Order: sequence, then C-alpha cells, then structure tokens
Amino acid sequence: MNKILLIIKREYLTRVMKKSFLMVTFLVPVLFIGMMSLVVYLAVNQGGLGDVKKVQVVDESGWFANKLQSSKTIQYSFATDYAATKKTFVKNGYDYLLYVPATMNKIQLFGESTPSVINSGKIEDELTRVARSRRLSEAHIDSAVLANAQTALTVEPKQIGENGETDANVMAKYGIGLFCAFLIYISLFLYGAQVMRGVIEEKVSRIIEVMISSVKPFQLMLGKIIGVGMVGLTQFVLWIVLTAVLSTAAGSAVGSKMAAMQQVQTAQQVPGVKTAMTANADKMEPNKVAAVIHSFESLPIAQIVLCFLFYFTFGYLLYSALFAAVGSAVDNETETQQFMLPVTMPLIFTIILSQSVIVNNPDSALSVWLSMIPFTSPIAMMIRIPFGVPPLQIAASMVLMVLGFLFTTWVAARIYRVGILMYGKKASYKELAKWFMYKE
Amino acid sequence: MISIRNIVKEYAGHRALSGVSMEIEKGKVFGLLGPNGAGKTSLIRIINQITAPDLGEVLFNGEKLNQHHIAQIGYLPEERGLYKKMEIGEQIVYLAQLKGLSQAEAKLRARKWFKKLEIESWWKKKIEELSKGMQQKAQFVATVIHEPELIILDEPFTGFDPVNAEIIKNEILELNRNGATIIFSTHRMESVEELCDSIALLNLSHKILDGKVKEIRNQFRTGTYIIEYEGQGVQVGSDAPFTALSETIADDHTQLTLRIKEGRKVNDLLHYMLPLSNISKFEEVIPTMNEIFIQAVSKQK
Repeated sequence: MNKILLIIKREYLTRVMKKSFLMVTFLVPVLFIGMMSLVVYLAVNQGGLGDVKKVQVVDESGWFANKLQSSKTIQYSFATDYAATKKTFVKNGYDYLLYVPATMNKIQLFGESTPSVINSGKIEDELTRVARSRRLSEAHIDSAVLANAQTALTVEPKQIGENGETDANVMAKYGIGLFCAFLIYISLFLYGAQVMRGVIEEKVSRIIEVMISSVKPFQLMLGKIIGVGMVGLTQFVLWIVLTAVLSTAAGSAVGSKMAAMQQVQTAQQVPGVKTAMTANADKMEPNKVAAVIHSFESLPIAQIVLCFLFYFTFGYLLYSALFAAVGSAVDNETETQQFMLPVTMPLIFTIILSQSVIVNNPDSALSVWLSMIPFTSPIAMMIRIPFGVPPLQIAASMVLMVLGFLFTTWVAARIYRVGILMYGKKASYKELAKWFMYKE
Repeated sequence: MISIRNIVKEYAGHRALSGVSMEIEKGKVFGLLGPNGAGKTSLIRIINQITAPDLGEVLFNGEKLNQHHIAQIGYLPEERGLYKKMEIGEQIVYLAQLKGLSQAEAKLRARKWFKKLEIESWWKKKIEELSKGMQQKAQFVATVIHEPELIILDEPFTGFDPVNAEIIKNEILELNRNGATIIFSTHRMESVEELCDSIALLNLSHKILDGKVKEIRNQFRTGTYIIEYEGQGVQVGSDAPFTALSETIADDHTQLTLRIKEGRKVNDLLHYMLPLSNISKFEEVIPTMNEIFIQAVSKQK
C-alpha cells in the first residue's frame, strides 16, 4: 500500500511540475474566456466584423427610394439612371447595384463578385419590410394596431414530479448534458492517453524491470492510473477556479463597456424615430436572460455534479486501465493504432449518438441501454441526467459501472503484467489472449 | 542462501528452464553462465519474483520466496534504464524508497554513494543529460543502496570503460566482503575466473555444469603440460611417458605441448626429459573457463 502511495506521488509530481502542465492549465481558461468574449462581441455587434457593403439603388418603381434603411453592414444610396449607374457603380466604390424595375417583378442585384446569401437575404428583408409597410398603409391600417397585432406566443415547458411543477427548459438540459458528456469524452482521451504514454515510456526506457523487481505490476499500473487521474482532477479544479476568476474580471469589464455602448447608441438615435421593434427587443432581452438563468436553477444541479464526478472517476479508471494494457503491449507509440480503435470505439460511438438519438430521446430503449453498459454509460448517462432519470436506473448503472471497472482492470492487469516484459514481438490479439491466460 | 529446486518455466511453445536446481552459498560470488537464450534471465526473473515458475520452488534462507524478500534483493538488469526526465538524485531516492527505505535514510545513503563514486555534482541532473557511464553508475547505486543480502548483477560491466569497470568491480568485491551474496550473470569468462567462487552453466534450458570454479577446472584437466627447454631437437621416442601434441621452435628454445599417457605421472615425465634437455619452464595447462564453457556447450549440441 505504501508503495502505491510512493508511485502515485511520483506520477503526480513529475506531471504537475512540468512546464507543459502549467502552460495548459493557464492557457485553457484564457482561451476559453477569449472565445466566449469573441462570441459575445460578435453577438453584440451582429456580425459587425465583416466590412460594410455599399449598395447603389436604382428604383424605377418609386416604392423604395430614400426608404431603405442602412444598417451596420449594408449602406444604401440612391441613383436614377440605371444604364449609367450599371457602368460606373464599381468604379465609384459601390459593391452592389440593386435594380428595381417599375413593375417590380424582376428585382436584380448586381455585383462584381456574387453577392453572398446573407447579404442578399438582408436586402430582401429590407425590401419586404418597406413594401409591406407601404401596402399596409395603403390599406389604411394604423401602425399602432399593427404593432399590437404582431403577437409572439411562447410555450413554457413544465415537468410534474414529486416536488410539484418545475420549469423544464429543454435548451438548458440539452446544453448542460452535452457539455458534461463532452467534458468526460475529452478527458477520458486526454488522461487515458497520458497513462498509455507513461507505460510506454517505462517500457522504452527499460526501467520497468527495475520497477517490478520492487513492486508488483498491478501496484505500478494502479499507482500510475491514480496519479494521472489526480493530475486530471487538479487540472479541472484549477480550470474552474481560473475560469471563474477570469470571467468575473472579464465580465465586469465587458459589462461596463456594453453599458457605455448602449448609451452611445441611444444618444445617436434621433428621439422619436426609435421604432416599435427595437423598443420591443429592449423589453424582451432581460426577460429571456432571466428565464435561462431560472431554468438552470431548476436543473438538479447537485445530482448532475455528483453523477459527473462519479462517471468521470469510474469512466477514467475503466478506460485508463485499458489504455495501460494497450501501452504494455507495444514497443512505441506508433504501434498503438491497431489496439486503440477497439478501445475508443464505444466512446466515439456514444458521443456521436448522444448528439442525436440520446439527447432528443433520453428515455428511449437505446438511450437506457447505452446508459447501463459501463463502456458507454459515462457519456450516455450524463446526457440523460438533466432530463430526469429514475433513481433505480442510476443505481443500476452505477453498480454496473463499478463492476465493469473491476472486470476491465482485472483483464487489463493480466495483459499488462506480461506485456511490459515483452520486447520486439509485434503483439497480435491472439498474443494478448495468450498473455491473459498465463498463470502468473 | 538460495536453494533453487527443480524449476520449470515454460513460455508459449518453448521451454526456458527444465528442471533446474542449484545452491547458492551465503557470502559467495556465484556465476550464472550460459550462452544467449539459455534461460539465465528467466531464472533471474524468478528469483526476483518478476515471474513465477510453473513447477519447483526457490528458498531464500530456507524460507519459501515471498514479498518480504524483495527488500533483501538488489537487481541490476542487463537492459539498464531509468526515468529519463527525472533528476538522478531524486530517482535513486525514489527507487530506494520502493525497496523499503525511509526518505531520510534513502537520501543519506544516496549522498554517501554519490560521493564515493564521485558523481555528487550530478545529483540535480536529469538522466537524459548524463553520459552512458554516469547512468550506469547511478543504476549501480540504485541496485545496492538498500544494502541487500543478495545482489543480482546481469552483465554489470557492459557500458563501462576499463577505469570505471575496475571501480565497479572493486565495489562489488567490497560488498561481498561485507557479507553480501552476489549472483553474477555473464558470458565474459575472464571476469568469472577473477570474481566467482562457484558457477552454474546453463544451456538450452538445462543446467549442464555446476560447482566451485577450482573444482570444475580440475575436472576438466586433461593431463596436458607445456615444457620449455633450451636448444632444439629432442627426439621423443615411443617409450616416452607422454605424447607430444605440438612443438614450437623459437630462436634458441623449444616449447613442447604434451599429454601424459594414462597411468603415468608428472615425475615420470620429468625423469624422461631431464637427461635430454635443459628445462627452463614447466607448467600444467588447465583449461580456462572460456574453454570449459565452449567445450561443455558444444558437447551438449
């Protein structure tokens, strides 16, 4: 037991003290925050990163002249002579020429390059808006009445359980489930591969024979697995703490900036021109945000966290034992390919299914089975948990998970103890089976 | 110290050891010899409890080999290796701790050994920064730092230059004088004669020879002698108590290699030669371990 602790300590310290560990630990939150900030920035500026397209409009119908509103990405200006403009608009620095014939039945958009779908869509929307409001006013419909008539109804999903009704925001469940599943998926690969590389390193550097004249192969394998697992947990904790700290800092900075931007925007708008639509949007936003936050609060957070820790731990133990066995069977990393595929197959299979079948149908027979089989349950169950899983199923899945872990580790250890002493022989599956059968 | 009794070890399809038995006496240097693939490493791994035998048993001081004996054995494998990215001092301390020393004790002894082998200044270096010889020295320290009763050395001198090989040899002999039993596996025969008290010779999974080095060499005596005399041209008649095997004449003296006939004695030989020549040198040709090795192995084929 004491020896396992020594091995864990070494495996842990040598990895944590590495420069690359510190780099990854500090860079990931920075990158994460950076990415989030970029998303927020793009959302706020509504794709404002692209350049502004200048559109020359020749309107022969008389419907649109001076009525099309320029936006951040598209600026309209108006001309009258179609033939002349068509020749000169590129030279004059315009990107597109929008031609509306008198009959309006064949509106055309010319450009030196093909206008993008997004841009032509935006122009279409703007044309439609102007045309519609003209038609409506021709029909003598008051714009106030119109604003009232544009009602958007939403359905609020509720789940009835023992504790009465709870909000059941499906999007939040989608999000949290997929997030946890991906996190487990990535970390199983990441840390499993580290265990495998550690085993190969011991084999290649030939220290293995010295080691196992002092400790049992199983102790060495377990010590390595636990040591690397603790490195993973350390990294997660640091990521969470750093992300929290950084995002709080970034959040306050962005928040004040956004407030400032809003002020500028309101100041820029001519009083009274503020349309009903923007007013509406302003009113809607805080409600939506509150609703999302509220729906997250309604999720079984404690259950999700506990299950995450359980499935992360046992999923990692199960898979890293397999990775260790793979590492013991080969002489160098390039040879691992043939054994990696069957080991990683269930993981890849589940993560692909999880995004379609499981998340859309968390109670289907397939989903239930996948969340029972130890090789797939860490991912499948994490997707299902936010939607509510009967306690009996969770218990069964956890028991199977532990049994699966014990069985896999037993099998892996039997291959490992022989594999680590084998050199030069290219191991086949038949060979592995033979190793497994050896008595001692 | 170690009794090996009827060990059989089989790997898929081939036999590594078939019914090997031997006794290794306490406080002696025991040579485990044999050509490549004879089963030496298999036997060493069994003594180290890296693998277990299919049949037979190993007794350590009369007790069946078990986990408690690990701390009493130091093993230097033929394929050396240490963690490349780890500092050398730290690594020796780690390996010593795995053999059951406390951290403080391990550090103390490691420092002492580093000083003795004059590698103190390398304490903080990583293995990959060291020369091969340095690595070997460090590995030797790792093998003996826990003061084991039994030290198993598999080809300990490969990778050392003559100066360092001499240093290591003296360290081994000193450990032996201080009471450690040493199993020494090699195919370098000249070091066997120099170091070993007794040997066992393995070939094709069988033990084909064992015993004290002196006794074995005596066993392999063939009654061959070399006689050197001044001048040349002694005619050896058919009545001589020996048969001449070869004769080399150099300048003013002749060297005659001969074999005594059965039932005759060395004195008969000298009686015959004395009147005929002026003898300047006379010695018995005792086969070297190398010759015995080759002879024994090729006989088995």
